[in-house]
Amino acid sequence: MGMLESILLTIATAATPLLIAAIGELVVERSGVLNLGVEGMMIMGAVTGFGVALTTGSPWLGVFAAILVGAVFSLLFGFLTLTLVTNQVATGLALTLLGLGISGMAGEAFVGQPGLRLARLDIPGLSDLPVVGRLLFGQDPIFYISIALTAAVAYFLFRTRAGLTLRSVGDNHTSAHALGIKVIAIRYMAVMFGGACAGLAGAYLSLVYTPQWVENMTAGRGWIALALVVFASWRPWRVLAGAYLFGGVSIGQLHAQAFGVGIPSQLLSSLPYLATVVVLVIISRNRRLTMVNTPASLGRPFVPDR
Amino acid sequence: MKKALVSFAAAAAVLSLGTMGAMAQDPTKVCAIYVGPIGDYGYSYQHHQGMLDVKEHFGDKVEISYLENVAEGPDAERALERLARSGCKIVFATSFGFMDPTNKVAARFPDVKFEHATGYKREHENVSTYNSKFHEGRYVQGVIAGKMSEKGVAGYIASFPIPEVIMGINAFMLGAQSVNPDFKVKIVWANTWIDPAKEADAAKALIDQGVDIITQHTDSTAPLQVAAERGIKGFGQASDMIKFAPETQLTSIVDDWGPYYIERVQAVIDGSWKQSDVWGGMKEGHVVMAPYTNMPDDVKKLAEETEAKIKSGEFNPFTGPISKQDGSEWLKEGEVAEDSEVLQMNFYIKGIDDKIPN
Amino acid sequence: MRIELVKRPQHSALFSALSPFIALALTLVAGAIMFALLGKNPVQALYLYFIDPLREVWSLHELAIKAAPLILIGVGLSVCFLSNNWNIGAEGQFIVGAIIGSILPVLFPEFQSWIVLPIMLLLGIVGGAAYGSIPALLKVRFNTNEILTSLMLVYVAQLFLDWLVRGPWRNPEGFNFPQTRSFHEFAILPELLPASGRANWGFAFAIIAAIVLWFLLSKTLKGFEIKVLGQSPRAGRFAGFSNARMVFFAFLVSGGLAGLAGISEVSGAIGHLQPSISPGYGFTAIIVAFLGRLNPLGIVAAGLVLALSYLGGEAAQISLGVSDKVARAFQGMLLFFVLASDTLIHYRIRLVGRQAAPAAEAPHGNA
Repeated sequence: MGMLESILLTIATAATPLLIAAIGELVVERSGVLNLGVEGMMIMGAVTGFGVALTTGSPWLGVFAAILVGAVFSLLFGFLTLTLVTNQVATGLALTLLGLGISGMAGEAFVGQPGLRLARLDIPGLSDLPVVGRLLFGQDPIFYISIALTAAVAYFLFRTRAGLTLRSVGDNHTSAHALGIKVIAIRYMAVMFGGACAGLAGAYLSLVYTPQWVENMTAGRGWIALALVVFASWRPWRVLAGAYLFGGVSIGQLHAQAFGVGIPSQLLSSLPYLATVVVLVIISRNRRLTMVNTPASLGRPFVPDR
Repeated sequence: MKKALVSFAAAAAVLSLGTMGAMAQDPTKVCAIYVGPIGDYGYSYQHHQGMLDVKEHFGDKVEISYLENVAEGPDAERALERLARSGCKIVFATSFGFMDPTNKVAARFPDVKFEHATGYKREHENVSTYNSKFHEGRYVQGVIAGKMSEKGVAGYIASFPIPEVIMGINAFMLGAQSVNPDFKVKIVWANTWIDPAKEADAAKALIDQGVDIITQHTDSTAPLQVAAERGIKGFGQASDMIKFAPETQLTSIVDDWGPYYIERVQAVIDGSWKQSDVWGGMKEGHVVMAPYTNMPDDVKKLAEETEAKIKSGEFNPFTGPISKQDGSEWLKEGEVAEDSEVLQMNFYIKGIDDKIPN
Repeated sequence: MRIELVKRPQHSALFSALSPFIALALTLVAGAIMFALLGKNPVQALYLYFIDPLREVWSLHELAIKAAPLILIGVGLSVCFLSNNWNIGAEGQFIVGAIIGSILPVLFPEFQSWIVLPIMLLLGIVGGAAYGSIPALLKVRFNTNEILTSLMLVYVAQLFLDWLVRGPWRNPEGFNFPQTRSFHEFAILPELLPASGRANWGFAFAIIAAIVLWFLLSKTLKGFEIKVLGQSPRAGRFAGFSNARMVFFAFLVSGGLAGLAGISEVSGAIGHLQPSISPGYGFTAIIVAFLGRLNPLGIVAAGLVLALSYLGGEAAQISLGVSDKVARAFQGMLLFFVLASDTLIHYRIRLVGRQAAPAAEAPHGNA
């Protein structure tokens, strides 16, 4: 395996959990709901994935359980913000607190246990191709899911009627409701999709990235995912670009250190954050494009007037 | 509603008085605060294991109590005060950042003994400090790395540029240079004590740049797992991590705080506790090497001999001649570094190409 | 069966007052069940949580210390959120305020005079406001979304502080450990009532800030402008208000108060700079702001409640041996109940039977 290929693989691994969680949150926000609980749902997915894989011996069961738990956990947020119209920002933050607490409790028995790893794909012949072989044909299955998910969400949002409906709910819930669209039901589904994705992203951490359970192991990645949605101005392929940009700069700075460039590591470590800001500043100068893509009802509560 | 609340409060008051009365007579209360969660399987986890050793050793004679995830700052001061007020006889404050809060609270509770890990301030009679010479273990690891690495380049994942980490890097290099004078090390600062994914990324970056052995001064098992995946060897950290990488781990430095904690608690029970500043190493049993595995017999033998020499006190890793990075002389032939000098180490020795990021 | 909300014609004063108690009751019941399931005495656990920390004077002081930064940041954020500016980077503004405010005692320790402390506080405010003005500038000038920029700048501030205290600002007598020199006596924020505990003037600043902002928001034209622009920028423009200037105003106020909280924390409670000076106050304060319904006086109450839940969590850990995770989960639960109970202020809750639902829908319309 060449150095370039290996670096690209490392970047793909770093970007995948961010991408999955961000794609989920993108759908949530496109429906007009701001869920700041990504970190909490992600850590729930991580502990569930790890625990179920360990006890059943099947990493795939772990993945499915994580998706399920992520979705169910997000229902709690959905019930509060959609049915009881609580404040979305505060409820999302509380969800993160709750997730960190519950995952810590649930994971106590798993500390110090080596976990199972989700086997990576290996297509004989193809995965041996130089440079792109492992990258395209020899990665873990969730990597392919993350790409497929991006394509599917892009297609769904902009090429299907259901996608149009979801966007209209996010853009103006009052008119959507007047047209007879079930605003709350659609938002419930979007929130659960976001939870499922966050759960999957968490499972990726504890079953693929680093097969182990450590408290708080998401280490703020849910927050980065949230930022990426904004970075992408709510467009799926831009989320992918953002996740790989962030992953690329993060890995790049580690290489710069190992190479010995003599720049303080704190400065290098802050590069991914600065790079994201700079790129967003450049692309958001197109005011019209941003306006068109921002869900106008984002974060605003909705109660159907009958 | 109001009535219910009043009776609730009364019931609770009776209850808490009851427990306090029972507490007053018997077991010695032993307490600790940890900077991280005990589920980190790293630094705080090992300190908690030490507390569990105390409980196991003394049984019903002690009662242990702790607060985890305590932020360094006013939260620490409050946590320490609360522990002192709750009847703790001895409190272990297990992180450097607890230094000033420990001394402040100690002033207010002269009857409670405070033990602060890795710091240097003992402003009151009831404050002791303690630390472990982990660099002794790193020297042994260096010797093994020097023997095992074919390319003669190790990858070192470091956390933060504090003296403890820097002395570890130097000791590792001295060990490696003792068997391979041209040995090189590549260093990546992760700027975290524990973040498995980031540590894994750092390990991958180092391996991609051609190192064929990995060591770490961060807490998670991730780098070792990456080493296993890439088919190279590595070292564990803080605890024996062989379970995570059975064919990869060469050895691991195990932080064993148990013996010190038991000794200090015994002193409190006996009434013989006195202020001290303990920097224990292999000799005192504070630093333990996990079994030497996955290496040829001659390397294993050399490692065991090195360990034995350090343990007996016959050899100190920081023994001259040693030059600093820029080539200037630090220690003359046969000269042994003062502990005080090692404890504030802020320079690299010759042979390390990196720059300390501060 | 499903739940249906019916909007009240005007918000209910009764439930406005009652909702905290409903939340408390729900928390007590749910908490009792949770602790019973964990095998702990529920009465004792709840007592430790909500009453024990209020029983002793020293503990009340600690409550004030813990609540001060939450309130100070929270009231500032209320201006942001009311005017529809999503500043989630108060943590970074807190840190930069602490850094800039510490310039005098760290770099010029020989300069000792009573004037040092006022200058420090002022610099803290300036530092936080300046850091807050970056997302504001990017938003106004380049149309950059402030959620992303303010959040990313938090990480940058943390790493910058880390570099400072390990590098150029490290205490020369500190054996190369990552701390600045300890602040001299003129640089320490005094305690409010030194005889009984260590609460400092930071808490007084928080209360003053809350009162001033309450007055600003509810009694002045500026307050009206904030709310109008927050609800509808278009309507605001027709009224002659400038949204761009409001963006700066909101970020400067919240950044400045976060900066003041930062320097108060460092100068009052810590006494030097170190790599980590905040256990996430800037983020927790977002919850506090909304918990207090974006009303500065409500935020004071919310800050105290949240601080109490930290102190109570510690008491329960020590006395019952429940873990820190239980404390955190319980905190999340408490927040959920408080948020959910607030729904009653604006809505009546009806349970609608499954079969009856479609038929019942039309007649109950109150549009």
